[in-house]
Amino acid sequence: MKNLVVIGNGMAGMRTVEELLKLDPEKYNITVFGDEPYGNYNRIMLSPVLANEKTIADIMLNEEQWYLDNKITLHKGVRVSEIDRIQKKVIAEDGTTAPYDRLLITTGSLSFMLPLTGANKQGVIGFRDVADVDTMLTAAKQYKKAVIIGGGLLGLEAANGLMKQGMEVTVVHLLDALMERQLDKPASKMLKSALEAKGMKFLMEYATEEILGDARVTGLRFKNGETIEADLVVMAVGIKPNFELAQKAGLHCERGVVVSDTLQTFDPNIYAVGECVQHRGLTYGLVAPLFEMAKVAANHLAEIGIARYEGSVTSTLLKVTGIDLFSAGDFSGDDNTEELVLHDAASGTYKKLVLNDNKVIGCVLYGDTVDGTWYFQLLKEATDVSDFRKNILFGQAHLGDSGHGDEDRVALLPDNAEICGCNGITKCQIVDAISEKKLFTLEEVQAHTKASSSCGSCTGLVESLLAHTLGSDFETAPSKKGMCSCTEHSHEDVRGVMRKEGLKTQEAIRATLNWKTEDGCAACRMAINYYLLCEYPGYDDPQSRFINERAHGNIQKDGSYSVVPRMFGGMCTADQLRTIADVSDKYEVPEMKVTGGQRIDLFGIKKETLPLVWKDLSDAGFVSGHAYGKAMRTVKTCVGDTWCRMGTQNSTRLGVKLEELTWGSWMPHKFKLAVSGCPRNCAEATIKDIGVVCVDSGYELHVAGNGGIKVRVTDFLTKVATEEEVLEWTGAYCQLYREDAIYLERTAPWVERVGLQKIKDALEDEAQRQILHQRFLESQKYAQIDPWKAIADGDKAHEFQTIKVTG
Amino acid sequence: MNDWIKVAQLDEIPALGARTVTMDTMTIAVFRNSKDDVFALKDECPHKKGPLSQGIVHGTTVTCPLHNWKIELDTGEAVAPDKGCAHAFDAKVEAGIVYIKAR
Ligand code: SRM
Ligand SMILES: Cc1cc2nc3c(=O)[nH]c(=O)nc-3n(C[C@H](O)[C@H](O)[C@H](O)COP(=O)(O)OP(=O)(O)OC[C@H]3O[C@@H](n4cnc5c(N)ncnc54)[C@H](O)[C@@H]3O)c2cc1C
Ligand code: SF4
Ligand code: FES
Repeated sequence: MKNLVVIGNGMAGMRTVEELLKLDPEKYNITVFGDEPYGNYNRIMLSPVLANEKTIADIMLNEEQWYLDNKITLHKGVRVSEIDRIQKKVIAEDGTTAPYDRLLITTGSLSFMLPLTGANKQGVIGFRDVADVDTMLTAAKQYKKAVIIGGGLLGLEAANGLMKQGMEVTVVHLLDALMERQLDKPASKMLKSALEAKGMKFLMEYATEEILGDARVTGLRFKNGETIEADLVVMAVGIKPNFELAQKAGLHCERGVVVSDTLQTFDPNIYAVGECVQHRGLTYGLVAPLFEMAKVAANHLAEIGIARYEGSVTSTLLKVTGIDLFSAGDFSGDDNTEELVLHDAASGTYKKLVLNDNKVIGCVLYGDTVDGTWYFQLLKEATDVSDFRKNILFGQAHLGDSGHGDEDRVALLPDNAEICGCNGITKCQIVDAISEKKLFTLEEVQAHTKASSSCGSCTGLVESLLAHTLGSDFETAPSKKGMCSCTEHSHEDVRGVMRKEGLKTQEAIRATLNWKTEDGCAACRMAINYYLLCEYPGYDDPQSRFINERAHGNIQKDGSYSVVPRMFGGMCTADQLRTIADVSDKYEVPEMKVTGGQRIDLFGIKKETLPLVWKDLSDAGFVSGHAYGKAMRTVKTCVGDTWCRMGTQNSTRLGVKLEELTWGSWMPHKFKLAVSGCPRNCAEATIKDIGVVCVDSGYELHVAGNGGIKVRVTDFLTKVATEEEVLEWTGAYCQLYREDAIYLERTAPWVERVGLQKIKDALEDEAQRQILHQRFLESQKYAQIDPWKAIADGDKAHEFQTIKVTG
Repeated sequence: MNDWIKVAQLDEIPALGARTVTMDTMTIAVFRNSKDDVFALKDECPHKKGPLSQGIVHGTTVTCPLHNWKIELDTGEAVAPDKGCAHAFDAKVEAGIVYIKAR
């Protein structure tokens, strides 16, 4: 085994080791040096510790047992003093040496201490580690007056904590606005008043000249001659990357240890991650980028060698209980940018979005931060927001999610508030799990609490809770999430590689992209199966489909299935109804129901009976209704001009034609259409994936509606004059969605992600529209083979039977 | 069933899939993975009795079709953080025939 030595037992270092152990636990003998005398702890939680909201024990990430369990040698409280690159070993202050094949430098950063006269007195400290917090806690017991130099994030968190410890706290700030790097003036002002209301004092535009006192500090003198008493001074004016050790070893350093996109320093055996590095000219001071770096470095240390770190966009949240504040990106803007602002002083909310070319480039939220993750996502995805900018400030949920009322400010919710309506999980259960089980990501919260793992409508709330509990955006919304735990590659990457390399099987895709598991898992297999069958019509791997799509019926809680035959446009004949009634009698169907999709559902059918039921139905001309599939579902219609006194067009005939065109198509998610005969809209067309509203002069096409978890009204796409045009636009729109959306992304979130403009651009071009429509028709040749008939008549029916044995 | 009981030919069970076997009143799910190893579990998820036979098989686990718990095929144990155990049987293939036996 090779030797890996890690210098620095902090957040970035141990995260890299954890990622490496996940990829290849046997690759290295790992030795870790850390000059702090503990295991690895969550540094960002020092603020809540100072504020009495947490204890040191709560914030430990890896106790010493973890090092033992993973056969890692930990030298705690031991400082490395030299890296010998010739002999490839590190030497510590206490004389310990360790040879390495690969070295990982994660020395973090140091508090920047202003070089003032008197700065070396007792009681003058930074805010960086457990030792600093201990100093503050001890001082708070003996002394009264604390001064914080620096009104940034760290300074305010320190000030808040010391106030909670009973000290009188004054924050001294050089500029006229707090947190000027994260906030604009109005938000900064609101923050200042809120903190003043809590009892914090401020000296704005004051520059410190000297620290007064003998052995211990007694006060400060400012450049303007004024003085103030102080028993404790915390300097929170910034951090400086800690790269002295690396520089002494001759590694190229500028403002940090310079690393490449693979997190390698100029010595290929030496990697560096965390706050000590400089990547593409930037240094970082938040954890989210460090975690991304850790993933990439681990990937290269494990010699998988495919990941690249391309830099991060960061967002900030202030961890002061009772104050909701979020900021990301470039919020000051310039002549080329526009600002959207909502400012309600009375309710204490302020929201500002900075747009450039209709894309969010920056955001500041104060008071109501629940949409922070959403805006941050729009920012990272560079989504064109032109079509919803009118409403964007009201937030993603302005139309309301079903299942949890209008809860928005997570911080203000009572502990027993139900967050996940499907699984009955409360705020307190989620928060406890995050802190006790050290959860960092949405996926981890889903696995441990089940919250947000069913319908997903509470995902935003859970992400906000994560952010609030952890204090930062962490990995809640990386712009491109890994598909599942089998791979780091995102859906877009996988699909891109499949297309570029012409990969035609699941196995080829997993092999090319170095899947961690041999067969994949339920999540990635279903997604890849969809991408393959969309790319290569006719392809299908039934074992990679969810049971509903394998058994062509909805599985019920008792393991039986339901059968929903297709009734085109909701139209039916007496004969058809008679057949359904006969089937129901013959197979003793326990229950029948008219569905919300204008057809009839037969419940409680045993799996072995399915092929028999299907046979009778298909002999009478029925095909599957695909009520079970990520597929085209129904076309809902209203009466139309044949009978209705208000009707403008023949909506039922058009509905039938649309269903004949689209039935059977496999989609990224379920897909529903409707045709209403006039703007009274009795078929509820404006909450469908495609809704047609007939008007006297033709047909309005509306898209991306949703009537389910999150109600969303459609966007207007276009207006056309003839039924033929409706069909062509529909085919083209379906195909664009099929080829572009991520698996399990319904049209509403898809359109919100990519922006309606992109879709209009693609479809308004007549030639491109026709090409898409043709591709849709081609794929339908394979999709419109009725699966029920195929199984009932074919050789797979035996798989629906159970084998009887005696024993 | 303390002796090996013959249940089916291997090729009657789809690879990365399962078939159900009924014996008296019990339903047993017999799985086959991508390496042609076979496993047998009582067809009841420890969570809410979902039919494990209808799940997606990957590696040596099956994902339950009702609420996505993952169950180890050889032991019946739920994969952490979920907790629970499905009753497991011994299973083997000999000369292309699948047998199962009580543990
Ligand atoms: C049978 C039916 C209810 C009924 O008795 O009327 C039904 C039943 C189910 N719906 Fe539905 N939905 C039914 C109409 C609807 C409608 C109304 C409609 O289509 O007009 C909606 C809202 C409209 C919409 O989709 O935008 C609806 C929104 C949902 C959703 C939320 C989708 C969303 O994007 O927000 C889910 C969950 C999902 O798809 O992930 C869902 C899921 C389900 C599932 C499949 C739950 C599941 O995953 O197992 C239910 C199967 C029950 C069963 O045991 O068979 N069902 N479902 C309706 C079948 C319609 C049909 O003929 O195919
Ligand atoms: C009070 C506080 C609040 C914060 N709040 C947030 C927040 O809300 N959100 C956010 O994203 N970020 C926050 N941060 C920043 C975040 O904690 C850092 O970005 C992160 O800890 C950096 O990780 P790192 O591994 O690079 O450095 P560190 O975690 O500092 O780890 C470096 C380790 O290396 C050790 N070391 C250094 N030199 C040597 C040597 N020669 N030999 C042995 N060991 C050595 C150090 O002692 C240290 O333990 C906060 C930081 C502080 C201090
Ligand atoms: S039919 Fe739809 S709304 Fe009713 S319980 Fe099932 S998923 Fe929920
Ligand atoms: S019954 Fe299996 S996961 Fe719920």
